[in-house]
Amino acid sequence: MSPSPGQIPQCPAALAVPLRALPLAPLTLALTAFSRGIARRHPGLFRRLGDYGHTRFVLDPTDLPFVIELEPNGGAPRVRLTRGKGQGAARIAGPLAALLGLVHGAYDGDALFFSRDLVIEGDTSAALALRNAIDDSELDLAQEIARHCGPLQAPLHQLVARLERQSGVSLTRRDEALAW
Amino acid sequence: MVMEIVCPAGTPASLRAAVTAGAHTVYCGFADETNARNFPGLNFDRAEMREGIGFAHAHGARVLVAINTFPRAGDEALWHRAVADAESCGADAVILADLGLLDHAARHHPGLRRHLSVQAAAANADALNFYAESFGVKRVVLPRVLSVPEIAAINAETAVETEVFVFGGLCVMAEGRCSLSSFATGRSPNMNGVCSPASHVAYHDAGGVLDARLGGYTIHRVGKDEPAPYPTLCKGCFSAGEKTGHLFEDPVSLNAEQLIPQLHKAGVTALKIEGRQRSRSYVAQVVRNFRAAVDALEAGKPLPEGMLARLSEGQAMTTGAYRKTWR
Amino acid sequence: MDLTVGPLQFFWSADRWSAFHAGLASAPVDRVVLGELVCSKRLPFFQDRIPEAIATLVAAGKEVALTSLALVTLKRERKATADLAAMGLAVEVNDLTALAHLPEGTPFWVGPMVNVYNEGTIAWLARRGATRICLPPELPLESVAQLARAGAEHGVAIEVWGHGRLPLAISGRCYHARMHGRTKDNCQFACEDDPDGLDVKTLDGQRFLAMNGVQTLSDSHACAAHQVEALAEAGVDALRLSPQSRGFDRICRMYRQRLDGDLCPDRMVEELGRIDAGMQLSDGFLTGQRGADWSGARQPDARPLDA
Repeated sequence: MSPSPGQIPQCPAALAVPLRALPLAPLTLALTAFSRGIARRHPGLFRRLGDYGHTRFVLDPTDLPFVIELEPNGGAPRVRLTRGKGQGAARIAGPLAALLGLVHGAYDGDALFFSRDLVIEGDTSAALALRNAIDDSELDLAQEIARHCGPLQAPLHQLVARLERQSGVSLTRRDEALAW
Repeated sequence: MVMEIVCPAGTPASLRAAVTAGAHTVYCGFADETNARNFPGLNFDRAEMREGIGFAHAHGARVLVAINTFPRAGDEALWHRAVADAESCGADAVILADLGLLDHAARHHPGLRRHLSVQAAAANADALNFYAESFGVKRVVLPRVLSVPEIAAINAETAVETEVFVFGGLCVMAEGRCSLSSFATGRSPNMNGVCSPASHVAYHDAGGVLDARLGGYTIHRVGKDEPAPYPTLCKGCFSAGEKTGHLFEDPVSLNAEQLIPQLHKAGVTALKIEGRQRSRSYVAQVVRNFRAAVDALEAGKPLPEGMLARLSEGQAMTTGAYRKTWR
Repeated sequence: MDLTVGPLQFFWSADRWSAFHAGLASAPVDRVVLGELVCSKRLPFFQDRIPEAIATLVAAGKEVALTSLALVTLKRERKATADLAAMGLAVEVNDLTALAHLPEGTPFWVGPMVNVYNEGTIAWLARRGATRICLPPELPLESVAQLARAGAEHGVAIEVWGHGRLPLAISGRCYHARMHGRTKDNCQFACEDDPDGLDVKTLDGQRFLAMNGVQTLSDSHACAAHQVEALAEAGVDALRLSPQSRGFDRICRMYRQRLDGDLCPDRMVEELGRIDAGMQLSDGFLTGQRGADWSGARQPDARPLDA
C-alpha cells in the first residue's frame, strides 16, 4: 500500500488546465453545504479533532490549480476554494488521488508521508489529528455525493465505479480486507 | 496452541478492521495521558471503548486496555479512573507499567487481569517473576532489547506468559527508561504518552532538501525524492567524533515475521503489532498477514512469503535485537 | 539538604577509578553510591578495587551504597545483581531485578533509573523497604514537591539530580561499538576513550547528546544552582552530583557552599566555566519547557544563550 513515487495517478493536464478558468465561488458554496452534510452524519469526526476543531487547514491537491481551505469550525465546517497558497495553520499537499485515497482508506497516511507523496507543513500535530479523525470516520465521498442525487444515485454509482477503474483513483471507501 | 495475534487500534474504525481481519486480540487506550500513544485524533472515549469491546467480544476477540504511562504526582486519580472504567467497559485485561498503579489495580480490581507493559522494561526472568509475585501479573510484554535465545531462557524460568513485538515501529532504547523526547521537547513517553511529538516537529523544505526538526534540533536532512522518515529522535542523523550518520538506529522498522517459528519454539504466547497511529487499512493488512502466518505454523505448513515490506516506514526492515548481531 | 555522589556513569581505568573514590573521602559530601551502573562488561576491570574504596569512604564517615546495573538481561548480570545483596551494604536499586533478590523488609535505596513518578509508587516502595529515593531527572519541580511530601510521610529521603550529564536512555545496543563498526560482544571497550562520554551533535553542529556505550546522556550538564532554595523549600533531602572527569572535587565544594548560602548561582556558573569553558548547563527538567533549557542568563562560556 505504500505506493512508490510515480505510482499515484496524477490528474491529467487536459482536465486540470480548464479548471483554471473555473469560477470558484459557486464551488465554495457547494462544498460548504456538502461538508455540513458530512458533519451532520459524522459528528464523531469533529469531536475527534479535539483541540483542532477550530484550526484552519489547507488541503492542496498539487495537480489542481486551486487549494481548499477547510475550517472544521466546531462541527459547522466552512470550505473555501482559492487560488494561490491559501492560508491555514497546517497544509497537507499531494496529488488529488493521494488525498482521496487517504479519505477512503486506500492509502496509509504515514506511508504516503514516508514516500513523500504527501507533504505536511505547519502544525504537524493538527494535520495528524485531521488524518486520524478522517480515518476513523470511514467516509465514502461518492456515497455522500450520491445522497444528493435522488433517482440518479444508481447511474452515478456506475459512473463512479467506471471512473475508479479507469483512473486508478480511489473514489469510494475501500473494504479494508481488500485494500491495496 | 496457536500463537495469539495482538493488534493495535487507534480508533474504533481500526478496532473493527482488526477484528474483522482476524485479530485474536486488540489493544487500545483512552483518549488522554493514561496511554502511551496519546496522539491527536486517536484513541477512545468511554462510550467508544464500551462499544468497541462489545464488537470484539461479539466476534470472539479480546480487548486489552493500555494504561501504560506513569501517573503524574498529585493526579493519580485520572489513572485510577481509567483502570476502573476499563473494567466496567468489559476489558479482558489492562496493560500497566507503573508500580503504584499495579499495586492499586491488584488491590482494588483483583478480578481484572493485569499485563505488564513494555514500558516497565522487565528484561529477565527474575524481574518477570517479581512482577508476578508482587502484583499477580499474568503476562509481560518483553522489551525490544532481547535476542530469541534470551527470550527462550526467560520462558524456561517463568510461568508468566510473554508477548513480543513482531512488527512496526522499533524503539532502540529500553522503553519506559528513555527521556530523550522530554529533553528535546518537554513531552515524554513516560509522562505524556508521546515520543518526539508532532506538536514539536517542523519541516523545512529548501529547494528540494527537506529538514526535519524536533524542538529546534535538526534530526534529518534528506534530498529530493529520498524517503522522509518522521523525526523520531533515536533514529536521527547525528555526528560524533569523525562519524556522521544514524548513530543510534537507522530509520527502519521491525519485521520479525520470518522468526515466528523460532519465537513459538522459544515459548512466546503472543505476537504484538505496533502502530496505534497507523490507518485502519494498514492495521487490517498487517493483521491478515500475521494471522495467515500463525495459522500456517499451527497447521504445520510453511510460512507465506513475506508481504509486508511495502508497509514499512522508510521501506527498510530489521529483525532488531532478536538477532544478536543487532547490538 | 545534603549531597550524594552518584555512581560513575563512564568507563575509567582501574587506577583512575580508585584515585577518584579515594579523593571523595575528603570531599564535603555525605554519601557515595559506587559500582557499575551502565555496562556489566566494565565491572571486571575495577571490581577488586571496590572493597578498598568502600573501606576508605566508610572510614571517612560517608554513607556508602552499591548500585545495581540499570538494565539486567544476561545470566551473569542476574547473578551479579543477586550477589549485591550479600555485600553487607545498602543496595541502590536501578533495575527492579535487584529488588527481586532483596529479602522483604531489607532497607534499600532507589536510584534515578527506576520510574518513581507518583505517591502510589513511593508508598509501595516504602512498604517494601525503601529508605532513600533519587527521583528520575525528567520530573518537574511541581512533581518533585509532591513526591518530597509523600517521601516525608513514608519516612523516605528524597533526592534530586543536582549536577552532571543527564542519563536519558539505556539500550541493549552499544552505540560506541556500533560507531566503530563492532558488535557489542566484540566492543573492545571503545567507550574507555571518552571519560565523559562522546559528544553527539546535530547536522547543524548543535551540541545535543553524549554517547556512553549502551547509555545516551545529555550533552549539557544538569545544574540545579538556581533551584537550590526551591528544592529545599519543597522538602527535598539531598542533591545528587554525578561524577565527571574534570574538577569534580571543586564541584562538590561549590555545591556545598551553594547549599550553605555561601555562593550565589551566578558566581557558581562562572566557576563551573573555569573548570570547563565549553560546559553547557541545563535545568529545564526542573523549571523549563524542556530538559535542555537553562534558566540562567548565561552559559559558563559567557556567550548569550542563543548564540
